[in-house]
Amino acid sequence: MILCIRVDESQLVHRSVYLANKIAWAAFTILFVIVLNFFLFRILPGDPARAGVRDPRLTAEAQAAIRTRFGLDKPVINCFTSLNPLEPGDCAVNPLDTQFFIYAGNLLRGEFGISYHTNRPVVEVLGERLWNTLLLIGAGQILAIVLGMALGILAAWKARTPVDYGALGFSLLAWSLPTFWLGIILLFWGSTYLGLPVGGKSTPGINYANTWEELVDLARHLFLPSLTYTIVFLGEYMLIMRSSLVDVLAEDYILTAKAKGLNHFQILKDHALKNAMLPMVTIIALNLGFTVAGAVQIESVFSWPGLGGAIYEAVNRRDYPMLQGAFLLLAVSVIVANLIAELLYGYLDPRVGVE
Amino acid sequence: MMEQATGGYRGVWRRLRRNPMGMIGLAMLVTAIGVALLAPWLSPYDPNAIIRVTILDIYQSPSPAHWLGTDDAGRDVLTNFLYGARVSLTVGFFASFIAVSIGGLLGLSAGFLGGRTEGVLMRFTDIMLVIPDLPLAVVIVALTKPSLTNIILVIGLLGWTGTARLVRAQTMSVKQRKFVLRARAVGAGNRYIMHRHIFPLVLPLMVVNTVLVISLAILNESTLSFLGLGDPATLSWGQMLNYAFTRGAMSAGAWWALIPPGFGIVWVVLACTLLGQGLEQALNPRLLTHHLAADRTLTSHRRLQPAPTSEGATPGNR
Amino acid sequence: MPHAILDRPPLLEVSHLDVDYVDPPHPPAAALRGITFTLQRGEALGIVGESGCGKSTLMLTLLRLLPAAGRIVAGSVRLDGVELLDLDARAMAALRWKRIAMIFQGAMNALNPVRTVGEQIAEAIRRHEDVTNRRALDRRVSELLDLVGIAASRREQYPFQYSGGMRQRAMIAMALACSPDIVIADEPTTALDVMIQAQILQLLADLRRQLQLSILLVTHDLGIVAELCDRVLVMYGGVMAEYADADTIYNGAAHPYTQALLQAFPDPTQPAQKLAAIPGAPPRLTDLPPGCRFTPRCPHVFARCHTAQPPLYAVTPAHQASCFRAETTSGGAHA
Ligand SMILES: Nc1ncnc2c1ncn2[C@@H]1O[C@H](COP(=O)(O)OP(=O)(O)OP(=O)(O)O)[C@@H](O)[C@H]1O
Ligand SMILES: [Mg+2]
Repeated sequence: MILCIRVDESQLVHRSVYLANKIAWAAFTILFVIVLNFFLFRILPGDPARAGVRDPRLTAEAQAAIRTRFGLDKPVINCFTSLNPLEPGDCAVNPLDTQFFIYAGNLLRGEFGISYHTNRPVVEVLGERLWNTLLLIGAGQILAIVLGMALGILAAWKARTPVDYGALGFSLLAWSLPTFWLGIILLFWGSTYLGLPVGGKSTPGINYANTWEELVDLARHLFLPSLTYTIVFLGEYMLIMRSSLVDVLAEDYILTAKAKGLNHFQILKDHALKNAMLPMVTIIALNLGFTVAGAVQIESVFSWPGLGGAIYEAVNRRDYPMLQGAFLLLAVSVIVANLIAELLYGYLDPRVGVE
Repeated sequence: MMEQATGGYRGVWRRLRRNPMGMIGLAMLVTAIGVALLAPWLSPYDPNAIIRVTILDIYQSPSPAHWLGTDDAGRDVLTNFLYGARVSLTVGFFASFIAVSIGGLLGLSAGFLGGRTEGVLMRFTDIMLVIPDLPLAVVIVALTKPSLTNIILVIGLLGWTGTARLVRAQTMSVKQRKFVLRARAVGAGNRYIMHRHIFPLVLPLMVVNTVLVISLAILNESTLSFLGLGDPATLSWGQMLNYAFTRGAMSAGAWWALIPPGFGIVWVVLACTLLGQGLEQALNPRLLTHHLAADRTLTSHRRLQPAPTSEGATPGNR
Repeated sequence: MPHAILDRPPLLEVSHLDVDYVDPPHPPAAALRGITFTLQRGEALGIVGESGCGKSTLMLTLLRLLPAAGRIVAGSVRLDGVELLDLDARAMAALRWKRIAMIFQGAMNALNPVRTVGEQIAEAIRRHEDVTNRRALDRRVSELLDLVGIAASRREQYPFQYSGGMRQRAMIAMALACSPDIVIADEPTTALDVMIQAQILQLLADLRRQLQLSILLVTHDLGIVAELCDRVLVMYGGVMAEYADADTIYNGAAHPYTQALLQAFPDPTQPAQKLAAIPGAPPRLTDLPPGCRFTPRCPHVFARCHTAQPPLYAVTPAHQASCFRAETTSGGAHA
């Protein structure tokens, strides 16, 4: 494999420092998101806990349970009884006896609250949905990266020829398409002309004769959403690959490779791609936020039962615990994925952590 | 210095005029702004008029009376489409103004001041960069009253991270230039250097960036509106799509309610993207130096004999 | 010695080479005009001139590695009588490194940062020779590194783990990998400190003797040329100013530019000083003066100098200079 690199021991020390740094930073970011998630919901009008106590969909016992679980009779945090409306309070209370630490404790125990809509624990619902989102993003992302890189390599190699201009035009157009609209158009087309299902992950009420049938049904449901996903991200990955490869191909070591008598294929494969991959990995990592935004839109259009769809449904149903939980889980997933990308970068580039 | 800067801008404009992508983008953007401004004169109907509708008026297909048909409430799609341009562009301009101001300020301070300030600011930027924008925007808008102002604020307040990083990088490189170092050596103050030397050189980059941020803001607005978080008092393209999608345009086969709003978004976003690319190329024109491209041009017509020079300076005796 | 060499058929024969750089709306820039020289087996030819006079352009032309903007508009490059400019791309690729290898200007970036030095050397051998056995290949790489004074154990390291001087040595080892006939060294010692420069040059001199290499050595530095080269080609603004054996250049330069270079650089045995002291700037290729390109800086200008670029005059059969003042001493233009 071109991606494998040998490292000697003196470097391993530096590298473990690099790894430790990245992991600590990711942990800190997650902490920040947790704090943000708490205060956002306390400061802005729609506090899930307080709304829940009044929500007619919940029984009286459930409301009482919420009151104790969130410690609603306790101050929000030291010095503040409430943040919205702003009410200063006692600063000398035991910090563990505030809503913030009760919230943090609940999170640690995996308690995200009860969904107003389904009356089921939010963790449970999100746990199921996380896998669906990963399936959708995985399928779309892999296709988009593979195709995008291939097109990007072609465009860079043939830079400033009609092939390049065509690929560039396509990418700019794909970039400009609102994801949800492309989804709608593809859904309209696929369901009208291809007889594909209009949404969901499986045909409701069907009894599969065997696993194969089940897989086919899943594939038919997955096709349009992941196609949308692929088109939207393909252009972007192509552009990144193209520009980073064009830069690499202008490097001196490519001229060396050429002077050695290597042909274009060998130069691309052995000298250019790995170097061009480095910025690619960084940018894929930086773009994970867009990936999530894409998932929210696609899952909304195709009623795909994932995390993004959960956000859409939670908004429309004013299901605040669900919204809070889904946001937290999405943010944490992005941070973790970002961490993985950074570790991958460290693995790809022998220079990492050395200077 | 100012003299030089204006000369520079003129040069950029000259290169932009020769850049097909940039000019197409500019023309598309000007058209969109024109449509937004002239909407009351271009629209066949008054969008706020109270109309009586029967079941037959809903999702009417295109006809001479309604060129783009009618929507779920029997209103004229063309009219809504033309007025929708106003919402998108308003959000785009104001939100990107906020985002670029914040990002520019943070980037300039971080890059210029360096040290601790820079560390803290960039760490903060990094955190904001990892937190996914759209879900956060959805959460905030869902918790507050969905209004145009809120949408603009949320998009603006969340969209500055890219600008901050870009501006910081540019500021740091400008800071190292000779004339800045020289100005510092003769004792010029921070404010003076920032104002006279650094800002003029960072500004062009910020302009390019603004164009791209506008397109992002417009995409974000349409997405929020589509998700049902739009201002109920104004009808944006995203909201038109939300209504059409959730109120049966698909099953009615009413493509005319689905295509035009999306087309509008693509038009404006593509315009900004093309203009941004064109501006970028006009700001730093680059030769293609890559080594594999060279092989396409090498085999040209070559003379084996030396060219006869003027005035017979090469006497041909061997 | 030079005279004895001259009588054999040359290994490399370059004649009347013209190269342009094009940048479409603008007229092409004349980067090289009428370059003509020969290189014998075992000879070291020094190419000297200020920055931007076209030395690298000339070297890249020989290997047909010019950047996209470069155009070879006229001339011929023959290696053992074979016209390189007429070969198809495959034949040219097969010949690169096998017959002519190149040590690039600024070897800092000439090695791929994410592949080990050993791999990069082995790759050249694998490309041109039928060595498939991994052991044999490793042994060859170790020998080559040993030849340039690098411990074979550092084979597995990446370029960033090497010092500047070691990288340049590795580059030399790589250039020798396929036992080429000609090694082009384009300013092999710029960006290295003085001690390391001397070591690298000594290494080149030793290897040349040991392996009977022909060397084309590009440099700013007349001191280096004096130590290493048999003959010298002085370039100015894309044309040949003077071409002669090293002794003649140092003791009987005919071109005012060569004379100025020597004055700016009084002691050729003291390396590592930069040429800086010639008043005026080299010409811009897009804005050449009418007539001789050196007129704006020449202390001996007369009327004719403004009318045409002087051809190469043979001062003696083995000494050519493109200056009208050389015409009186010669029998006529050489070219
Ligand atoms: N890709 C290119 N496009 C246009 N002009 C070029 C290109 N490469 C080089 N030139 C021009 O050709 C001339 C010769 O350049 P070259 O690199 O051959 O000089 P050099 O003698 O090697 O200089 P140095 O000593 O600095 O390496 C210069 O004026 C340079 O500006
Ligand atoms: Mg050079």
